[in-house]
Amino acid sequence: MKASKDSEWLYTISSKRKLIDFNFKEIWRYRDLLVLFVKRDITTVYKQTVLGPLWFFIQPLFTSVIFTLVFNNIASISTGEIPPFLFNLTGITAWNYFKVCLTGTSNTFRGNAGVFGKVYFPRVIMPLSVVISNLVKFGIQLLILLVFYVYYLSQGFSISPNSHILMFPVYILMMAFLGLGIGMIISALTTKYRDLTMLVSFAVSLLMYVSAVPFPMSEIQEKQPQYAWLLEYNPVAQIIEGFRFMILDAGVFTWLGFIYALVFTIIAFLFGLIIFNKTEKTFIDTV
Amino acid sequence: MKETILKIENISKQYRLGLVGTGTLSHDLNRFWHRVRGKEDPYLKVGAVNKRSAKAKEDYVWALQDINFEVQKGEVLGIIGKNGAGKSTLLKILSRVTSPTTGSIKTKGRIASLLEVGTGFHPELTGKENIYLNGAILGMTKAEISAKIDEIIEFSGCEMYIDTPVKRYSSGMRVRLAFAVAAHLEPDILVVDEVLAVGDAEFQKKAIGKMQDISRGEGRTVLFVSHSMAAVKSLCTRAIVLEHGSNVFEGDTDEAVDFYLQSNKVKELILLKNRKDRSGNGKALLSNVEILNSKNEVVESVISGEFLRIKLHFSINDKIEDNLIFAISIKDNNDIIKSMIVSDEMNIDINSLISRGYIIVDFNSFLMRGGVYNATVLLSGYSTASLNHIDRIEMAFDINVLQGDFYDSGKLNRTYPLAIIPAKIN
Repeated sequence: MKASKDSEWLYTISSKRKLIDFNFKEIWRYRDLLVLFVKRDITTVYKQTVLGPLWFFIQPLFTSVIFTLVFNNIASISTGEIPPFLFNLTGITAWNYFKVCLTGTSNTFRGNAGVFGKVYFPRVIMPLSVVISNLVKFGIQLLILLVFYVYYLSQGFSISPNSHILMFPVYILMMAFLGLGIGMIISALTTKYRDLTMLVSFAVSLLMYVSAVPFPMSEIQEKQPQYAWLLEYNPVAQIIEGFRFMILDAGVFTWLGFIYALVFTIIAFLFGLIIFNKTEKTFIDTV
Repeated sequence: MKETILKIENISKQYRLGLVGTGTLSHDLNRFWHRVRGKEDPYLKVGAVNKRSAKAKEDYVWALQDINFEVQKGEVLGIIGKNGAGKSTLLKILSRVTSPTTGSIKTKGRIASLLEVGTGFHPELTGKENIYLNGAILGMTKAEISAKIDEIIEFSGCEMYIDTPVKRYSSGMRVRLAFAVAAHLEPDILVVDEVLAVGDAEFQKKAIGKMQDISRGEGRTVLFVSHSMAAVKSLCTRAIVLEHGSNVFEGDTDEAVDFYLQSNKVKELILLKNRKDRSGNGKALLSNVEILNSKNEVVESVISGEFLRIKLHFSINDKIEDNLIFAISIKDNNDIIKSMIVSDEMNIDINSLISRGYIIVDFNSFLMRGGVYNATVLLSGYSTASLNHIDRIEMAFDINVLQGDFYDSGKLNRTYPLAIIPAKIN
């Protein structure tokens, strides 16, 4: 038998692992799987429903109506020159995408233990497919936003995007990666100790209120300045506010806040990736 | 020239016993603290040997310990061992579902496993969509699946339902579809756990045939895990035996199977001296029984159609009459006689055998199908009427028969407590 050098081996399975072991070549080989997962996620959600894909529209629309009723009509929160409904719809569309990325990926390990326990494929495919399939849904919901945008324009409201609209892709990526990063951290932490799962669902709904979704950030800075830091240090609030700012040209935007959110996102994502990588190899023993 | 395609070096796997609780957290913190200081994991030093029946004394167990072996290209390697010997853990590590605690596995080819069929089927998707999804999960690309889709559908025999959601399928159809996808995988190394027992008889035949094609015809490297010794013997070129998480034997398939059957042996003889549920006048008593293979080694099981020797020891307490009759009847678990041997048909002088202290019964070919049988032993005077009984024990011992391939067809004979009749169909 010839002496075999390490370079001849296709891959090695061992207990030792690198800090970030992100094998792009392997993920690329499984790209078809990623596409199929995305397709599955999108097509199966509304199977056997009468309204079908219309449900993609109904959820943000109704939420916006309720928000407008509660926060703007009853609680009389001012949204400035922007029609409250459009204001809420914009915020909810952005928030929803972040939320589904977070909650969708936070259950990666526990939700897929059955599949993960039997076959190997790069585990990161799962959270990636969640982010991508929700991006498609987000795109559809963006269309609704566009329809109402045009409607309010025709009604003579003075709304227009500003030059920040060029950063649109950056904001999308930030929402996706922040949700993905935090989601991966949670999914990794819940494989052994389930405590966090209890927290996630209600923490996320609480997070919405400190993320400036149903009200502009300026509102809290005026009325409750002592609590404004809660929003200013919240990267999600920075992203939502910035997203609204570029679309509606209203609200608070600071480059400092933007950079802060961006750095936070990158750190959360990298940290998520590391902890996810560490977990994926043995989680099946503890899940 | 032979080429090593898979190299397993010092693979060990440690598991925690018991529940995940507060003790786990303190262990985790301790482990973390050791790692921060650059020391090795303190819990790697402890850990009990993987013995299912022994009492758990420690918190950790070694499911696998220092497994080393190599697999050559094109080889069909059998992995045999009792329940809990570590076979599945080894396969899980090989298929990268979990990683080893220590050691490494180096491979030159892609490994795919048939650990469980039907993984990742989505009930809302149609059969065809699920073929693509399942194929992709198992590591095929879309193009590979498209090239084989007709073959897969035909193999599954579910053509009519292929555009119907899988949730409407019968469970058998689901398994057929799943196996069809898995059977068309083309990895360099295929890991097969006992998944062959799926579907109805017709499909099983198809599945086993396909497995044989893969391992024989196509020259694929296969790791085959099975409890069926005959299947291992007929499919594998080499085998390893796992026991309590260690690799206790590696080598030729036949030798490995022999080793395994022996390692299963009940260390003592089957003691019958103290059995009270016996009848007869007790002038001679059956004291113990040994079940032996062709090398005169004690075994627990015999493969259907192979050599079996039963050695029965007698103790003589009194003077016994001439013309003894000795008989063994082989019964199934429902107490129905399936076969018998009676010495007076064979003109054997039992008296001289008894006086020497033991009787040996040799079956050159034990022609009973796979299953568990029990034997009733009778020693009696010149007629077998019950008043002449000297010693008779019902269900004196069990004969454990493993499935065999009597007709040399590459297919296992069905398990059923019946004799096999040598026959030829023209």
